[in-house]
Amino acid sequence: MKKVYVNEDWCLACHLCEFYCAAANSGAPDMVKAFKSGKKPVPRIQVEEGSDVNFAVQCRHCDGKACVKGCITGALSIKDGVVVCDESRCVGCYTCVLSCPFGCIVIDEEGHRIQKCDLCTKNHDGEPACVQGCPNKAIVFEER
Amino acid sequence: MNYVIIGNSAAAVGTISGIREIDPNGKITVISDEKYHTYSRPLISYWLQGKVTDKNIYYRDPDFYEKNGVETVFGKKVTKINTENKSVVLDDGISVPYDKLMVATGSKPFVPPMNGLDKVHYHTFMSYDSVKAIRSEIKPNMKVLIIGAGLIGLKAAEALSAYNAQITVVDMADRILPSILDVRAGVMMQKHIEKQGVRFILGTSADELTEHSAKLKNGVTVDFDMLIIAVGVRPNTELVSDAGGKVERGIVTDNTQKTTIDDVYAAGDCTVSHDASSDSDKILALLPNAYMQGEVAGRNMAGRENHYVNAIPMNAIGFFGLHIITAGSYDGEEFIDETENTYKKLVFRDNTLKGYILMGDVKRAGIYTSMIKERIDLGEVDIDMLKDRPQMMMFSKERREEKLGGIFR
Repeated sequence: MKKVYVNEDWCLACHLCEFYCAAANSGAPDMVKAFKSGKKPVPRIQVEEGSDVNFAVQCRHCDGKACVKGCITGALSIKDGVVVCDESRCVGCYTCVLSCPFGCIVIDEEGHRIQKCDLCTKNHDGEPACVQGCPNKAIVFEER
Repeated sequence: MNYVIIGNSAAAVGTISGIREIDPNGKITVISDEKYHTYSRPLISYWLQGKVTDKNIYYRDPDFYEKNGVETVFGKKVTKINTENKSVVLDDGISVPYDKLMVATGSKPFVPPMNGLDKVHYHTFMSYDSVKAIRSEIKPNMKVLIIGAGLIGLKAAEALSAYNAQITVVDMADRILPSILDVRAGVMMQKHIEKQGVRFILGTSADELTEHSAKLKNGVTVDFDMLIIAVGVRPNTELVSDAGGKVERGIVTDNTQKTTIDDVYAAGDCTVSHDASSDSDKILALLPNAYMQGEVAGRNMAGRENHYVNAIPMNAIGFFGLHIITAGSYDGEEFIDETENTYKKLVFRDNTLKGYILMGDVKRAGIYTSMIKERIDLGEVDIDMLKDRPQMMMFSKERREEKLGGIFR
């Protein structure tokens, strides 16, 4: 299955992936409208910055699937290998935040629920927005 | 193969999933004394609060049983496991044969003996029916007395505050949430909940109950219109003990989830688990634990041996918008970082992270959870980063590449 991978040697910590992710998942037609809509768009990819290394992390769609197994409501499920969240069923208990070994479940403070990477399967076909937007090709979408 | 599952919550659903991974065709029968499609027990407080609808309280889609080829027998209670002819007996006398049996009977509310309780109308807080009963009786501004300041009692308090109820919570312990919080975090949470108008009377218990009041052992009398007893739960173990299976505080299983009776498995809140963080046996009444035990059991029942290991106590819960995530055990060297609205405690022992409490800021807590479960040696991580916040940056480049998915090509 194709997943998103990050080459930390190439990541510049420009945070553009976070912007493209937030905009793509906001439902707004472009980034300006997304950030002016009133509700703060939440990126599902997070850049970690260090003194000499940076990298972005997002859901690994991993084998353990502790988030899905632990979800108390059934909001998290697996569709064709992709871990997806039915936000209408999430109550913001954050059991998945407790469970995810990569820290990839993002808390939507305003919405009192979680958000997570679904590889842009709900947004469009082809490469996820973070991959498309990375100016340095540090984020790739490929089979490994 | 003919599988029978007693119970219809997370452990049962996990069992169905585990069986169907291996055996797409075997007959599965789910028997439950409740009459509902599988619903999420932790959601009952959200339902009462009005945050979850009748439709969304269900744990799986309406076609879940159909899709998984599961027959359901609802509203019937299993009264006996007959190990000689491998069948279970229902309360209407009907006998249901099994090749492999799952006991996922969960727990029941514990109601301690109290003077006058037999003459008082009270509620427990455990099932969809229990919150439906509360919903039908609650009226705005009612005086509600909740006995028990644990997870269930406080979730009940949060839900009932949506009705402008005047809530008093009484607990024998001198602090709230003693099962998951230390004293300092407990005090912070107590203050937060008190700001919402909930009154606590701690360190005492009900001495004498009358129809609308409770006289406490400390001399205080609390009047109430509604009484909720939420002091704890006890595992439903009788079916297995009556059949000769080993039961301690809960049903005893090996790490394939098999009980001491052949072809009889158990999972969830009715069982004893092994806590890997303290290396001790205890009941881990947690939904993720129930599901994963069920899944492991299901695979074993269907013939693929696998083992449930690395279980630890862990909780994610919030009250009135203040969130807590905790995991592991708390015997060891402590690191504490506290602000006005947040609390962080990390506990180290044997050069590993053994437990943590995060309150207020719970972001990315699972990175800490994985450190406990995987027993990652502190020598492998940057300790300052670990203490600062959960982050992948604290691991070595090699460990991080392994975790995040291979070397870039």
